[in-house]
Amino acid sequence: MDITKDTVRYVADLARVGLTDEDLGNFTGQLDRILGYVNKLKAVDVSGLEPTSHVLEMKNIYREDEVKDSLPVSEVMKNAPAKKGDMFKVGKIIEA
Amino acid sequence: MELNRLTAHELTALLDKGDISPVDICNNIIKEIGQKDKGLNAVVHFDPEKAIERAKALKGRDSSAALWGLPIFIKDNICVKDELTTCGSKILEGFAPPYNATVVDRLCRAGAILMGKTNMDEFAFGSSTETSFYGVTKNPWDRDRIPGGSSGGSAAAVAANEAIFALGSDTGGSIRQPASLCGVVGLKPTYGRVSRYGLIAFASSLDQIGPITKDVEDAAILLKVISGHDNMDPTSVDKSVPDFPSLIKRGIKGLKIGIPKEYFIEGIDSEVRQSMRDAIKKLETLGAICEDMSLPHTEYAVAVYYLVATAEASSNLARFDGVQYGFRADQAASVIEMHKKTRQEGFGSEAKRRIILGTFALSSGYYDAYYLRALKVRTLIKRDFEEAFKKYDVIVTPTSPTPAFKINERTEDPLTMYLSDIFTISANLAGIPGISIPCGFTKSGLPIGLQILGKPFDEETILRTAYSYEQAAK
Repeated sequence: MDITKDTVRYVADLARVGLTDEDLGNFTGQLDRILGYVNKLKAVDVSGLEPTSHVLEMKNIYREDEVKDSLPVSEVMKNAPAKKGDMFKVGKIIEA
Repeated sequence: MELNRLTAHELTALLDKGDISPVDICNNIIKEIGQKDKGLNAVVHFDPEKAIERAKALKGRDSSAALWGLPIFIKDNICVKDELTTCGSKILEGFAPPYNATVVDRLCRAGAILMGKTNMDEFAFGSSTETSFYGVTKNPWDRDRIPGGSSGGSAAAVAANEAIFALGSDTGGSIRQPASLCGVVGLKPTYGRVSRYGLIAFASSLDQIGPITKDVEDAAILLKVISGHDNMDPTSVDKSVPDFPSLIKRGIKGLKIGIPKEYFIEGIDSEVRQSMRDAIKKLETLGAICEDMSLPHTEYAVAVYYLVATAEASSNLARFDGVQYGFRADQAASVIEMHKKTRQEGFGSEAKRRIILGTFALSSGYYDAYYLRALKVRTLIKRDFEEAFKKYDVIVTPTSPTPAFKINERTEDPLTMYLSDIFTISANLAGIPGISIPCGFTKSGLPIGLQILGKPFDEETILRTAYSYEQAAK
């Protein structure tokens, strides 16, 4: 099967989800079983089929390019876990 | 009188006569919640004083206000301005959105009174309302059992008369399955019928908001209010909204009903099977023509769904990174560590599992084998319905293969839990509308639900079928 602890660790890292060793063990077994189940799709002949990513036959949707009010900055900042003035505050990003 | 036990249309009649006031209804609801909800845990955010204030602040009635004076509960993944909206997750702890979902604005314009938020599986990931940060919701018919999910709080609140009606959301059955397990009515509209603006996204190509009510007429009333095109959601379709409540009472004589053989598989509970047989007989006595038929790709629906839905979820949930809102873990050495720690501590196990599965299905080297293949099989499932609806007006199935199961019965094995949605998932993949209505009880007293699926944008016919059945079953 495709799923090993290393795969789960790698994918969790891509998804920016930290895992405990216990999580890693549990998820590896569970995901392996789930993928074992979804592998039944391999039995379906999909040649020539278009993928359905969306059920509506959507075209581009245009509207007039008008300036409208957006949410007040103070309202938007209200939920920030850390802020400085009108900015979201996080730790240092650029390495010294 | 216990006003909380009545339906919305019954209460509207009493309000019209001037026999009762909106405050009377709210008081009844508040009392019921006070007595019952400690045991049920259906409601997660609720301020009784604010509800009464809102009821008192209602403007006088005008004829366009279809829900005037009626209290309503909202699933906790639908944004209500300045009210806690937490998706049953720690990662949205304390989050109060700066705007209303479009459906919430529509409810307010129709004169409804916003009461509070109902419990749900975290980010709607589940079929049992066991994964909420706020604890398990119990089934009002048997408190050792789950109410279904993910809109289990809404369904349990309506079933327990803690709510007149409520909104839920349905990505793979999350309105219909809990409605079935709690013995109430739940409708998933056609994809695009109801605006998703302000619904915190799980899987954007599958999600729809819909009503959970005590009877079919209420579902028609509530659906009409929340439906319609919205500039804020480009996937909401610009189609006129029928006057559902006036169209459901015309009977089903000559209606052609398909009964898909793939939905009567082994593993379906024998009492559910028997109650389906009885329901089909009843529909026939009402003049419908029922015929066995086939939806040949049904067996692939769960597999397709758990790739497509988790792939979309892994992308949608990337926004919860501890920067703009909600919970942030402290003491991280770098910004990336902060994201990882925030998501480790903020998400529950099922959310993490689905994010990882979805990321895997989309990742380089696996995309074609999993995600893209799933989208192609989705085409086949959609075609099954297109073919079927050339011949049939509606399709009738059980909503769930079993009645409500025991708390913790399926939590150890995610795959068994995923298979709980086996009969509801296809409608989301194909984008078609579906309704679950009560159709009897097991010998032990647990509700059983009947699912009616319809053509895209033909909610009218599934409501009409449901109404005819409901009236005949009374």
